[in-house]
Order: sequence, then C-alpha cells, then structure tokens
Amino acid sequence: MATYQEFIQQNEDRDGVRFSWNLWPSSRLEATRLVVPVSCLFTPLKERPDLPPVQYEPVLCSRANCKAVLNPLCQVDYRAKIWACNFCFQRNPFPPSYAGISDVNQPAELMPQFSTIEYIVQRGPPNPLIFLYVVDTCLEEEDLQALKESLQMSLSLLPPNALVGLITFGRMVQVHELSCEGIAKSYVFRGTKELSSKQIQEMLGLTNPSASGPQGRPAAPQDPAVTCRFLQPVHKVDMNLTDLLGELQRDPWPVPQGKRPLRSTGIALSIAVGLLEGTFPNTGARVMMFMGGPPTQGPGMVVGDELKTPIRSWHDITKDNARHLKKATKYYDALANRAAVNGHSIDIYACALDQTGLLEMKCLSNLTGGHIAMGDSFNTSLFKQTFQRVFSKDHNGEFRMAFGGTLEVSTSRELKVSGAIGPCVSLNAKGPCISENEVGVGGTTQWKICSLSPSTTLVLYFEVVNQHNAPIPQGGRGAVQFVTQYQHSNTQRRIRVTTVARNWADAQSQIQHIESSFDQEASAVIMARLGVFRAESEEGPDVLRWLDRQLIRLFMFHLRRSPFLQVFNNSPDECSYYRHHFVCQNLTQSLIMIQPILYSYSFHGPPEPVLLDSGSILPDRILLMDTFFQLVIYHGETIAQWRKAGYQEQPEYENFKHLLVAPVDDAQEILQTRFPMPRYIDTEHGGSQARFLLSKVNPSQTHNNLYSWGQETGAPILTDDVSLQVFMDHLKKLAVSSAT
Amino acid sequence: MNVNQQTPMASPYGPPQPGYGQPSYAPLGGGYPGPYGPYNGPAAAYQPGAPPQGYSPYASFPSKAVAANPVSDLSSPLDLGPARGPLTSAPRPVSTPQAYSQYPQGDSQNGPPPMDHSMAQPAHRSPVSQPYSHGAMNLSGPHPSYSQQYGAPPPMQQVTNQMSGMQIGSGPPTSVGPGYAHHPSSQPPISAAYSSAAPPSYTQAPPPLSAAPSQPPPPSEPAASQPYYGGPPPPQQQPFPSAHHPSQPFVSSSPYLGPPSQPQAPPVSQQQSFPPGPPAQQPFPNSAPPPVSQASYSGPPPLTQHSFPPSSQSGPFPPISISPSQYPGPQPQSQPGPPPFHSGPSPRGPIPPPSMSQQQANHLPPGPMQQQQPPQPGMQGGYPTQQNGAFGQPRGPQPGYAGPHYPGQQNYGAGPAPAPAPPAQKRLDPDSIPSPQASELPAVQKSRHRIDPDAIPSPIQVIEDDRVNKSSEPFTTGVKGQAPPLVTTNFQVKDQGNASPRFIRCTAYNMPCTADMAKQSQVPLAAVIKPLAMLPPDETPPYIVDHGDGGPIRCNRCKAYMCPYMQFIEGGRRFQCGFCSCVTEVPPHYFQHLDHTGKRVDCYDRPELSQGSYEFVATVDYCKNNKLPQPPSFIFFIDVSYNAVKSGMVNIVCQELKTLLDYLPRENPEADSVVRVGFVTYNKVLHFYNVKSSLAQPQMMVVSDVSDMFLPLLDGFLVGVNDSRMVIESLLDQIPEMFADTRETETVFGPVIQAGLEALKAADCAGKLFVFHSTLPIAEAPGKLKNREDKKLVGTDKEKSLFQPQSGFYSNLSKECVAQGCCVDLFLFPNQYVDVATLGVVPVSTGGSVYKYTYFQAETDRERFLNDLRRDVQKPMGFDAVMRVRTSTGIRATDFFGSFFMSNTTDVELAGLDCDKTVTVEFRHDDKLSEDTGALMQCAVLYTSCSGQRRLRVHNMAVNCCSQLADLYRNCETDTIINFFSKYAYRSILNTPTKTVRDTMVNQCAQILACYRKNCASPSSAGQLILPECMKLLPVYLNCVLKSDVLQPGADISLDDRAYLRQLLSCMDVSESHIFFYPRLLPLVKLDGGSLPMAVRNSEERLSKGGVYLLETGLHLFLWVGANAQQELLSNIFGTPTFSQIDPNMTSLPELDNPFSQRLREIIDSFRSQRSRYMKLMVVKQEDKAELIFKHFLCEDKSTSGGASYVDFLCHMHKEIRQLLS
Repeated sequence: MATYQEFIQQNEDRDGVRFSWNLWPSSRLEATRLVVPVSCLFTPLKERPDLPPVQYEPVLCSRANCKAVLNPLCQVDYRAKIWACNFCFQRNPFPPSYAGISDVNQPAELMPQFSTIEYIVQRGPPNPLIFLYVVDTCLEEEDLQALKESLQMSLSLLPPNALVGLITFGRMVQVHELSCEGIAKSYVFRGTKELSSKQIQEMLGLTNPSASGPQGRPAAPQDPAVTCRFLQPVHKVDMNLTDLLGELQRDPWPVPQGKRPLRSTGIALSIAVGLLEGTFPNTGARVMMFMGGPPTQGPGMVVGDELKTPIRSWHDITKDNARHLKKATKYYDALANRAAVNGHSIDIYACALDQTGLLEMKCLSNLTGGHIAMGDSFNTSLFKQTFQRVFSKDHNGEFRMAFGGTLEVSTSRELKVSGAIGPCVSLNAKGPCISENEVGVGGTTQWKICSLSPSTTLVLYFEVVNQHNAPIPQGGRGAVQFVTQYQHSNTQRRIRVTTVARNWADAQSQIQHIESSFDQEASAVIMARLGVFRAESEEGPDVLRWLDRQLIRLFMFHLRRSPFLQVFNNSPDECSYYRHHFVCQNLTQSLIMIQPILYSYSFHGPPEPVLLDSGSILPDRILLMDTFFQLVIYHGETIAQWRKAGYQEQPEYENFKHLLVAPVDDAQEILQTRFPMPRYIDTEHGGSQARFLLSKVNPSQTHNNLYSWGQETGAPILTDDVSLQVFMDHLKKLAVSSAT
Repeated sequence: MNVNQQTPMASPYGPPQPGYGQPSYAPLGGGYPGPYGPYNGPAAAYQPGAPPQGYSPYASFPSKAVAANPVSDLSSPLDLGPARGPLTSAPRPVSTPQAYSQYPQGDSQNGPPPMDHSMAQPAHRSPVSQPYSHGAMNLSGPHPSYSQQYGAPPPMQQVTNQMSGMQIGSGPPTSVGPGYAHHPSSQPPISAAYSSAAPPSYTQAPPPLSAAPSQPPPPSEPAASQPYYGGPPPPQQQPFPSAHHPSQPFVSSSPYLGPPSQPQAPPVSQQQSFPPGPPAQQPFPNSAPPPVSQASYSGPPPLTQHSFPPSSQSGPFPPISISPSQYPGPQPQSQPGPPPFHSGPSPRGPIPPPSMSQQQANHLPPGPMQQQQPPQPGMQGGYPTQQNGAFGQPRGPQPGYAGPHYPGQQNYGAGPAPAPAPPAQKRLDPDSIPSPQASELPAVQKSRHRIDPDAIPSPIQVIEDDRVNKSSEPFTTGVKGQAPPLVTTNFQVKDQGNASPRFIRCTAYNMPCTADMAKQSQVPLAAVIKPLAMLPPDETPPYIVDHGDGGPIRCNRCKAYMCPYMQFIEGGRRFQCGFCSCVTEVPPHYFQHLDHTGKRVDCYDRPELSQGSYEFVATVDYCKNNKLPQPPSFIFFIDVSYNAVKSGMVNIVCQELKTLLDYLPRENPEADSVVRVGFVTYNKVLHFYNVKSSLAQPQMMVVSDVSDMFLPLLDGFLVGVNDSRMVIESLLDQIPEMFADTRETETVFGPVIQAGLEALKAADCAGKLFVFHSTLPIAEAPGKLKNREDKKLVGTDKEKSLFQPQSGFYSNLSKECVAQGCCVDLFLFPNQYVDVATLGVVPVSTGGSVYKYTYFQAETDRERFLNDLRRDVQKPMGFDAVMRVRTSTGIRATDFFGSFFMSNTTDVELAGLDCDKTVTVEFRHDDKLSEDTGALMQCAVLYTSCSGQRRLRVHNMAVNCCSQLADLYRNCETDTIINFFSKYAYRSILNTPTKTVRDTMVNQCAQILACYRKNCASPSSAGQLILPECMKLLPVYLNCVLKSDVLQPGADISLDDRAYLRQLLSCMDVSESHIFFYPRLLPLVKLDGGSLPMAVRNSEERLSKGGVYLLETGLHLFLWVGANAQQELLSNIFGTPTFSQIDPNMTSLPELDNPFSQRLREIIDSFRSQRSRYMKLMVVKQEDKAELIFKHFLCEDKSTSGGASYVDFLCHMHKEIRQLLS
C-alpha cells in the first residue's frame, strides 16, 4: 500500500474527501481523546473530467429512513438479484431494469472505481438559470459607468436561455420590467418600508387574484406572461436590457452636504428575494447584488446617512455602540434563510473604499452559497475580473456553478453526523444517524447548498458512537455516503453519490496506526473552520482561548494571527469577507489562507518556497506572497534599486529582466484560477504596500530583538506580536505545565 | 299690476312681452340715462342746500355724461329710437340741466333721503300740482319710454280689465319698466292700496301720500274711471314711474288689484310722462306706439299689439295706450294734461318712490329731469314728507330725480295735486282691497284669470332696462355707494379708486350704520370677490407697483396696504390708515409733497393712490420659507382603467395634451411658459413617467405601494415642455396603446393626489394637478371609498350626510395640499356613482375645479371636454395664494364661501386661484359705522404668478353707510344677494336638513321684504305686495334657488349631480350664478344685426310652437325646436325643412351658408366664450323625450320636483310677508 500521503491524495482526487483521521478509533471514548474529531472536508462537485455521468436513476435502499444509494460497498447477491444496504443492512431487490446483472455485468455504481458516481435524472421540466441583478445606483459616475459596462458584458456570458432580471436601488428600489417594448417600465418601491413577500408579489402584479379561490391553488401553473415581465430569457431581451443598463442614471435624489446617499439595500434585497420566491420557488437562481456603499435607510440599514457618524468598527461593536448592527443582522439573516429555503443564492459585490456592511449582510452569502467580492471600486480589474470569473466555464463549456443543491449524509451505525460547516443551511431532515452533539450546523442529515462551485467545500463532523465495550471486529469498516442532488448549469438535474469507507482501529492497540493516519492539513482546516464558526457566533477572545486550549498540540501559529480569528487590523467587513471565503474554499485554498505561501526568486536558483518569516526578506530577492486574498510581489532593496536604474532594459542584463518577469508570470497563473480575484500588489522594499507582506511574516526580527536589529539578515518588523519562536516556547511551557 | 287673469293675459301678454321688450328698450334707454341723472340730480337737489358746490360739480358731470349716453342708447336700441331719440334727447337736455342741479343734491345721499322723502311725497303730490305739467312731463318723459317698452302698460290695461279682481299693480309695473313700468304699476298698487287697503293701513303715511297724490290723480283718473285704474293708472303711472317702487309691490293676488291699476297707471304714467316729457315726451308716446307699429319685430309687435289691444280694450288701457299719444298730446299741449297724469303719478308717486327711486333714478335722467321735477314738486309738496319719509327713501331716489324737478315740484308741491291723486288710489283700492282682503284665494279662484305672469316683475325686463340704460356709459368706480350695472349688461369700467365690479360686487352699496339696522333688514352684507378676474381687452389690467426692497408700504397696525384711502398728513410725512386710523411714518423713499387739497402731488402717477385695484411686487418676506418661489408645475394624472380607456377619454386626453402643452399659461406671450409638466397614469397603481430630455424613450415607473405614496423619481419627472418635447410626444402616443387592452377596473384616488403633492414637495414648487378620473376608487388604498348612494335618504334629515365626505382622509389631504400650494382640478368621467361629494373635497379646498362628464362618449362629449380642458390649462392663475380681507373699523369679514381652505378665521388660503374663482365674503358689524366715513374693505391676495413671481393683488372697495333703511334698499344688488344666499344655502345643507334650509331662506327673504314694506314703502293695502325696486326680482330668483337641483331634487337627479352643482356654485361669480339660476331663453327670430334678440321669460307659455329658441344655463345650451317651426327657419338652421328629420343627437349645428345660420352659430360661440365652462349644445324637439330636461330649466314654471311656479311662489312670499307684518 502506498503511503498515507498518496492514499489521501488519491481519495481526494477521486471523491473530493479528506478525513482528519484515515483510521477511525473504534470507541467513543478514544475518539474524544483525539481532540481533533473524526471529520472530513468534502467537495461535492469536485471536478472529475474523467467521470462520465450515467443517465439513469440511482437505486435506493427501500427502508424509509435510510434511502441510501446502491454503492460499491454493498453486498450483492447476483443470483437472487438482491443487494444489502451497507448502512442499514436492509436487503433490497434490484429493480427490473437490473435483471441482467451478474458478476461480470455490473452496473457502474457497483464498481469500486465508481465510489463517486453521478446520475442524470429527469425531474420535471428543465429549469433555466436565473440571474437577478440588484444594482446600487448611488455610485460615482465613473463607478457606475464601469459597473454598467460589466453588467452589459455579462449578458454575453450568460446562456441564451437563462432568465435575467434587473433591480436597481438607491433612495428607491426599482424593479425593471423587461418584456415591454417602447417605454421602459419599472416598478418602484419606497426604500424604507418593509413589505411582506405577499405584498411584494401583489404590488408587482404577480398574484393572480382569481387563483386565490377557496380551493387554494389548483396546480397554479405559472403564468409565463406574468412572471416573464421581470425575468426574461437573455436572448429575448439582450438588446433591451443593454439599452436599459446603458440608460441607468445615478440616483437622482440630491445628497446634501455631509450626508451619505440614501441606499435602500435592505428593501432591494427583500424585493429580489420576494420576487424569486413568488415566481421561481425551489429553482436555482442567483441574486447578484452590486453595492457601492453601506445601506443607509430602511430595514437593514447599517449606518445612518450622517457622514459625521462613521460606520461601526470593532471598537464600537465591542462597546456595544453599533446601533444598527443587531437589527440589520437579524434582518439579513431572515432574508438569507428565506432565500436559502427556496434555493436562491445571493452574491454580494461590494466595492467601496469604506465598509459597506458585509458584517451584517454576510449571512446572505454564507447561507446561500453566494459569492462575496470586495473591492475599492467597480472600476478596477479586481472587480471586473472577479465578476467575469463568476461566469467562467469548465472544459465542457459549462458554467462552473450549480444550484439548488442538497447534500444528504448517511453513515454506518458506529458513526453519526454532528454537523456541517460550510455555505449551507440545515434542511432539518431527521434520521437515524444524527448525533446529539452538534458541531456547526447540525441536527440534520440534509443540508441545502443553494449554490455550488467545483471548489465549494464543506466540513462534516462525525461522532463515533460505538461504545468501548462493543468492539468492532478486525477489519471492520465504517462507511459514509454523501448524496448531492443539484441543478446543473445546463439545467439538468443531477445526483452525485460518493461513498467512502475507513477502517476501524482500536486506539489502545493501534495508536501508532491511527497517528500515522492523521491528515495534518485537513485537520488544520477542519479545526480552523470550527474556530471561525465559533468566532462568528461567539466573542472573539473566547474563541482564541478555546482554540489555545483545544489546539495546544497543533500548529496554529498563523491561524491565530490570521484575520479569520484575529480582528485587529481588519475592519468588521474584511473579517466577514475573509471568513466567508474560508468556510467555503477547498483544502488547498484554505491552507493558503491560513498560512500564506512565500516564494523567493533570486539569481541563486529556481524559485523556492521560503519560510514565512521576516528572515526571508532579503535585499537581493524578489518575494511572491500568496495569501489567497492578496498576491504580493516584493522586490528586495537591491532589486528595487536595480529596477529603478532600468537595468532590465539593457540587453546585457536580460537575466535580470527574466528575474523580474518570473514572479509576475507566476502571479498571473494564480490570478487566472483564483476566485475571487486576489488583490494584486507589486511593491518593493520601503513601499507603502509592503505592509501586506510585513504583516504576514513571522516577526522573528523586531525592534525588540536588539541583537538582530539593523543586521542584514532580513527585515525587522515593527510589531509587538510575538514571533513563532516565542510562541513555540510558550507552547512548550504550557504543554509541560498542563501535563503536570 | 297683473290682475288675476294670468292666463287670459298670458296670451295677450305673450306677444306683449316681446313688444314690451322692444318698447321697453327704447324707453329704457331713455329712462336710464335719465335715471342716472336723476340720482345725481336728487342728490344735488338735496345737497344743493349744503354741499352743492362740490357735489354739484360731480353730479353735474356725471349726469351730463349720463344723459348724453342715454340719448344715444335710446336711439340705438329702440326701433322707436328715432322718435324717442329725439324725444329723449330733448328731454334729456332738459333733464340734464335739471339733473345737474339735482345731481349735486343727489350726490349727498344722506342729504337726499330727507329730500327724497319730501321729494317722494311731493312728487306724488307734486304730480298733482306741478305735476301736471312738469310732473307729468317728467314722469311722462321717463315713463313714456317705459310705457313703450313695457308694453306692459297695455298689460296694465288688460289687467285692469281682467284685474277687476286682482291687482297686479306691481306686476305690470315691473313688466313695464323695470323701472318705469314698475313705478307706474307700483304706484297703481299703491293707489289701489290706497283706495282699498291703503286707507286703512296706510292711513298714517299712505293716506297723506296717497291721498295727496292719488287724490289728485283721481280727477284725472276719473277719466280713466273705468278702472279707477284706467284713469288713475295713467296718472298713477306717471306717479308710478316715480313710484316705480310701487311696481315692486306686485299685487300678488286679488290685492293686486291695486297693482294692476298701478301697472296700468305706470304705463300710463310713463306714457303720460312722455307726453309730459314735452316735445320729447310726445315723441315718446309716439314712439311708444311705434313699438307697436314696430311690430315689425315680429315678436315684439304682436306683443305690443296685444298689449295695446288689451289696453285699448280695457278702458284704462286704451287710455294708457292711448294715453301716450293722448297724453303726449295733452302733455305737450299743456301741463293740464299732466295734471291728470300727475294725479295718477302722484298717487303712484308715493308707491313708486320705493321702486321708483331706483328706477326713476335711472329713468328720470332721460325725461327725468322734467319728470323728476314734477315728482319733486310733489315731494316737496312733501306734505307727506314724514310719511313719505319712510317711503321717502324709496322716493328719495325719485326725489333725487325729482331733485331737478323740485323747481317744478315746488309748484306741484302745491300739494293740491297730491290730494287729487289719493282719490284715484282710493278708488283703486276698493277693488284691490276686496280681492286681497276678501280672500286672496277666493280672488284667485274667482278670477277666471289668475295672476297675470306678465304683470309680475320680469327679469327680462329688468335686464333689458339695465342694459339699455347702463351699457353705453362707462361705469366709474369713484363714486361711493353706487350700484354697478347688472352682470347681464355690457359696460365698461373706469377705475377711479374702487375696485371694478368685475372684481368685487357687493350685496349692498349702502351699509346700514348699525348692527340693529342690519339685523332688522336681514339684507346680507357680503361681497363677491373675484380677485384675478379677466378684464375685457379694453380695460387695463391692474398696474404692477414696486415699492422696492422694503416691500409694499403698509399701515403699521392693521397692515393694510397703501391705497387711495390712506390719508397723508403732516405735509406728507405720515399717513393715517383709513381702516384703523393708525398713523404711520412714510418711508423716505416714498415721501412726496401734498398739494393744497391734501393730496399727494404724485397721486395720479401712482396706481396705489388712485386706483381701486393694483398689484404689488412682493419681496422675499412674502414668500414661503423666505425663499423666492420656483415656477409652478402642472401634473397630469390620467386614469387608465378599463372604463377610462373604453370611453375614449384616455385617447382624447393624450392627443390633446400634445398640442395643449404649447399653451401653458405665461405672462409674457413672447416667451415660453416656465411652467413645468409631469405625467402620471394610474389605475389601482400609479405609473410615473420619466420624460427627461436626454432619454430616447420615456420611462415608466410603477408605484404599486399605494398605501404609502411617494415619488419614485425626481429628475425627469417635471420637465420643460420644449426641452422634452420629443419624449413627451412619444409618451402621449404610447399611453393609449399601452393600456388599450387593460382589464383593470379598479382605481385609487387618494394616492393620486398624494403623489402629486409629493412631486410638488420634491420640486419645491406650487402647481396644479389635472386628474382625469373615471370610477369610484374602491381599490385598497388610502382614501378608498364605498358606494353609499342611497336615494332613500333624500328628503330625510340624514340627507345632509350624503353631501359630507365619507371620511376625513381627503380633508386632511387637502390641508397638506394647501400648505404646499398644490391645486387640484378634477375631471370626472363616471358611468355610475363616484361620490363627487367626497372626491370633490380636495379640489374644492385647494381652489381647484371639478368637471363632470357623466356617461362620457368620445364622439359627443369630446368637444365639451376639450374646450374645458383647454381653458382650464390656459387660464391665468395664481398659486399658493393667501387672501385677506381687511375692513375699516365697525365691520368685519366673518364668513367666507368658495373653493379654498382656512386654517384660521381671517386668512383664505388658496393653493390655486384662477381667473374664474370667486370668494364670497360676508360682513358683520362689530361696531357702529359712520355715515361720514363710510365703510372700507381691502382685499389683498398674495400669490405666485405663473411665471413664478410673488405678487400681491389689492382690491379696494368703499361703500357708503346709511342710517336710513331706504338707502340700503335702494342700493343693493339682487343678483349678488342671490349669489350669497345660494352659497349660504348650499353650504348649509351640509349640516341642516334641506327643508329647513329652504324654509330659512324663504323666511329671510320675507323678512327683507317685510322690513322694506314696513319701513320704506309708502303705506298701502296690506294686500298689496310691495317690493323694493332693487329687489323686485328677489322672489323669482329666490324661487329658482329653492327649486334648484341641490335644494329640491327631482327624481332623476343623482346625488353626484347635486354634489357637483353644490360645489360648482360655491365659487361662481355673480354673472354665472345669475344665469345658473335664471337661464337665458332667446327666441330665434330675425338674427340680423349685431344685437341679440330680446330674451323671453323662462316659461313654457312663452314658447311658440312655431319658433326655435336657444336656452343658455351656464352649463348647457338647448336649442328648442317647436313642432310647427317654419320650414324656412329649419332650413336655415338645420339644412332640412322637415321637423322630423332633425337629428336630436347633434351637438353642433351644421355650417350652412346663410346669414341666419352664421349668426346663430356666432351667437352660440359668443355665449360659450362668456362662460368658464363649455356648454354642450343639445337639440330638443318639441314633444320629444329630451324636452323634459329642457323644461326643467324653465324656471318660472312649476317644476316636476315640486318647485313652485313663479306666480305661486310670489303669492306664497306675499303671504309670508303679510304674516310678518301683521
């Protein structure tokens, strides 16, 4: 057998699953002692170009509360044409279509290499993709122009049959009707008045008064003429909408001196949600909100319109001075839940120099699987490319997005599900495998993931429930099945089933085996997510203490300093932004977020990763740091001088030119795949932007280390933070003291 | 006047009327001029003693002028003209001179009263004495003319004949001359009264008066003996003329006998008077006959003829008719002739005085001078002065007129004359007495003939008289206490310090000095103010005055604005306020030296010192929020629900707006209007449109959240028409298409107005909303209404609730609208109940208008609607206005009527004020007024012009104050009183059962008339109805008000219609309310020439089967086609000679190339152009179903809803009065 390293890699490649432990302690007690729970990172839509979907329905276990899907781990009696469910042991006959089954004639789902398999199923009419743009018009002219162009451009990226809608807002909220010719129509709503979903639909004329008879809704078929007024196929309204976007004006209401423009973001969103709720419930849809500032009026307002009152900071929050925080958060939470229930996801593209209220609004995306993008202006490539990247396509020419996903988890008896952390909401599906201990979003076996991308990754926490006195026989395996139903971007309904199994091991006798099966990377991410989840829901310092207590043995130095847990130096919005991405990215990306990668380029050899340490900052090096959110190219002092002197232009210094280009090329490569687009920073020794680098590296040399101050071995960092060395020293001390 | 025999009379009269009319014109013409003169004259005469100098000058001038005009008038108007002309002219000259002298006297009214009294009495008597010659002459002078006109006289005669039973004295008189005839008639009544009742009751005053005058007449009368009337009448008539007042007294029933005699008398008198009129008179008489001859006027002739015939038939009449000629003869021959007349006159004189006073005043001028003189003499004879005193006032005028006569009067005064007169009256009285006293009813019943409709006061006659007498001479406003010409008269105004009657009309131009007097008389003291009235092109609009940065100069205490009534003192360094007497420093930049009379040297250079109306430029202090205003905006709200689209309204509006937008109001015709426009369509949601000029296509913004209305856009909603023309046109083209297939039937209304309000708020400007609405707003929204039409409530005590708004929502909304200067005009296109009472709340409170097109159909109603819309959009108006009426100490504006809102008790707030809107203000005493200073009122309206300028328009009005009731009665205006009464009543039904309101009105009118009778009229039989000259039409008009749809609805009148009319009336001016209550009925006969045919009275009896008539109500135009109309006539009008081929559905006449058709269409056009609302033409064929509607407007007839006929009502009124007197 290959090394665990390879095993893990294989498993990840095939199933998109990485467990913290690849051997499971067989009793509850032992499992608890392991500190890091049995848990896994699961990427439901991991790209599997080599996996052709099958065009039939999965075969389900007939037990009502099981419904597990036939998989390679099932025992099959080919002669009797019976299979046994490996989760509930129910014996099920094969359906008639499987009559020809035999040892040699197996359906794909029984083959071991198809531990992950994807079915295409026919369920109702195909649902087109729906994109509803919600656009802030309280922007600077330049920003608005850029945004309008981006939106117009996006129309060409949408599939022709996708439905598209437009809501604009400022002081008022306008829902634009797209079907009419001639006069452009829009429905206008006051930005300050909260309306129920029903009211919104009535006001938009979406309810058919005659249908509300005593009989309720007799199959209430959607009247296309009605719904289509606001959501139209792109190919029909392409021109119209382009013109409409072109004519968008800045919010015309005057903004007095010393005031913020009035922005009715809350109402705009509630109308968007209400509109979709009324017209396309349980159909995948994407609300894309573009905002250039914080909501300043109506429900969901984050800050008043007085400029003299700044938007809340961590300080205000700590002091409980953020007036609107709780109310707004509650409001957006409710909206997010409504959207999530209907399978609609909400993206937030916030471009402003100041905060825009992501802290309050984060749930919208967190719960619905939407994206959050944050930038300084819509007129930056950061936004433009990020937005473009949303519509990127895979090698099949299909969008890298899926909608309306539900994830169902089944476990074998010894294992139960504690919960999940990721861009999902609970569907409150009760089942036999639900653990009493809730971790993350628990109490259910099903989660709704409104929007999925190939990198969307959830962490699932399990609990070993097998009692110590009921040992599992040698070679026993525990199994977990993930069933993900979703709406593919080509409007197909698909089900992906991943079934994995791990061996049980007795922790007392096989502790070494278990230790060796530990997946350090996965565990780091898993624990970090837990930390972030708790940070979101609890007070910051408490989480740090919890983490310190819990993870004393783990390598968590960088996590501790990361914006995910540490709010210092980051605005509430930034924290929300970072956390959002942290909880939905896959393992690799998550690791980058936790511990940024630092490459060093020099004449001394090929680029090499170096320690994220101030010691790595040398005058004759070019550093490329990738923190996921930022991409920093840092030219050392000497390099910078050379560059300034223009040596790269001289033929005899072509090698220098190559040196300069190398990190840029690498950065481009990263930029092209990364979503959201990272902030790209090209700086040099002494540049103001160098702070992005300096804030990340381990401060092994500071103004406090007198002995190293001023030496040429690196760049001292002006910080009071402890260095890794000090941290480790403390850890050791603590470890010893706690042991005693 | 009119004898019981109405019917009999009717036929004859029918014709007579026309005849009368014509004749009347002539006479009137003559008469009027005279009258004016007389007034002046009287004054002068009186004054002569005291103020002669000053007054005289004035008086003289006016008089002269007047006289001159009259002459011309006479000539022109009358066919008789020629004859009369000369006569009149002749007389006038005579009169004028006299007049002048008299005038002076006349001017000092105060002086006059006494004079009058004396005069009056004397006059009566005088007639006898002087009389005869002069008196007769005088009387005759004016009378003649009347007689002619009146044709009435004939009636008189007839009456007399018929009358035997009834005395319609007053009636005839009225008919006769408005002025003259009446006089005669009135006198007759008096005489009658005297004879019969008078003696008893009158004994006091009457006796003397009557006795004197009447007696004298008797002698003469005897001749007429037949009916004492006959004889007396003539004489009486003469007196009547003077006594026209008597005419007032219509003998309603039997009692009228007296009147009849009077009428007769009047005619006679008139005729006589003419004779007296000396040469001129003679001509008149002749002229009188001519009228008959003139019969040429198809219409008139018959009438006259009839009348004449009757007259001729009847002993008296003949005399009368003859009398003219005869009299003339006699008169001319010598005074002797007159004497008889005088005798007549004198008796009448007493009676006449009241009515006469006015009429005479007018009339006198012409022959006046002479006539008056005679009367004066009588007056002077003034035995009765005391008695007369009471009457005196009425007579006063006469006296005044007489004034000139005085000379002669004195002679007459001899008194002898008077003596004779009485007898005559007495004789008459007997007859009259019997009937009335015996029992009116029996009398009526007995008399196969009921009261003669021709014998009761005729609005037509009054209107004609006024027109003839007053239209030729510009009306100058400088003289206090002078009633302007009637609203039906075309006249020019010269502003000499008081506001033109086009801006302000008062119910009384002599205000009682004390509250007690006011209460006693019950005459309402009110002013009907039309602050932004349009002036005819030949009158200068108010000048604009700029007092610089400091703003208009005002009194420090009461804040009255600088006006001609501010008295500069201390060499011009200070001025004393005419309103509160406070002394204020004159700012240095405004200082000017005074001349020797104490006037500022620059007085005539400054409009605010010499004019009654002018405008100040307001400074920023007068602006809301101390910010200069923005130009106003117009916002159009078009209902696009199913009904609105289906009726074609949406299409029409959109089409029309495209062109109409080029005619938005502007002050400089050269420049573009600065008014911005916005568009909204709605059903149960609102659609706003962005029509910003930079857009290629308009954008529609739907607001469905009607529960909490807001403005969805700012930029691009209100735009300049020229900037956004393309976009707007595109929008208006598309609206009908967009909603062509709508199935939405529900509408909202409250949110619509809220939206407009928000829009104006957002734009920070004032403006006007044009709302085109079709149905009851039942959609869920603020201001939602339910159908509450419940006809069962009509007539119950709960009826009032139907006129009250359903909820307070709209009242609150209008408050907000007014605060913002948001005026709302509502165009309704209902197919069923829409609750006008509630929907109209906002328009009515914001100075807006409601237009209603029930069952609107594009084909037939298009023109009417579009014309209304055009006018409404284009008409000059002010925005965000505040009006305040300041008064001099002693009276106070206490109540206001019209389309406005008041948040306190003094400021009338008008979100919009257009040129058609009228505010009626009632005044009450809070102290004693002084006769010396009179009463002042200043109406200041602060508004934003259509170009966005803040202005202050100021109207000043000074009226006299009187301590004698007679002065009050002599200088009031019935049309204005009716305007006030109707507004008052229409408002009262909101809180009071309709029946109570009606009763209250009748009661108040009865009190007014009873008070007159008791305090001002010469004694006469209780059975006699005596009406003040100025108010002789009060009963007929009042009856029209009582019968109106609002107060007495027919079964087919919807609640909406009533509510609509109720609101409509609230801001009508006097001319509109006049035609509204008493429509104009024109016989379409010879239409050649520039003048209109004379109207006929609104009664079915007046319609000839062979004729075609045009009826104008102010809201509708009817063309009634008699079943036997001449083929030629039909061909000329309709292009078809066949009655049956006339399409009753046509709304416009075919354009035929014949003079008749052209002229008719011209007339119709000119009628329409005079009204603020377009009148749709309806063709009504006799016996057709539609005739019911038409008949509804024949307001002298019994109405189907139970309204009394004029005659019946008059009887009723008389009864009421008698009850009050007893």
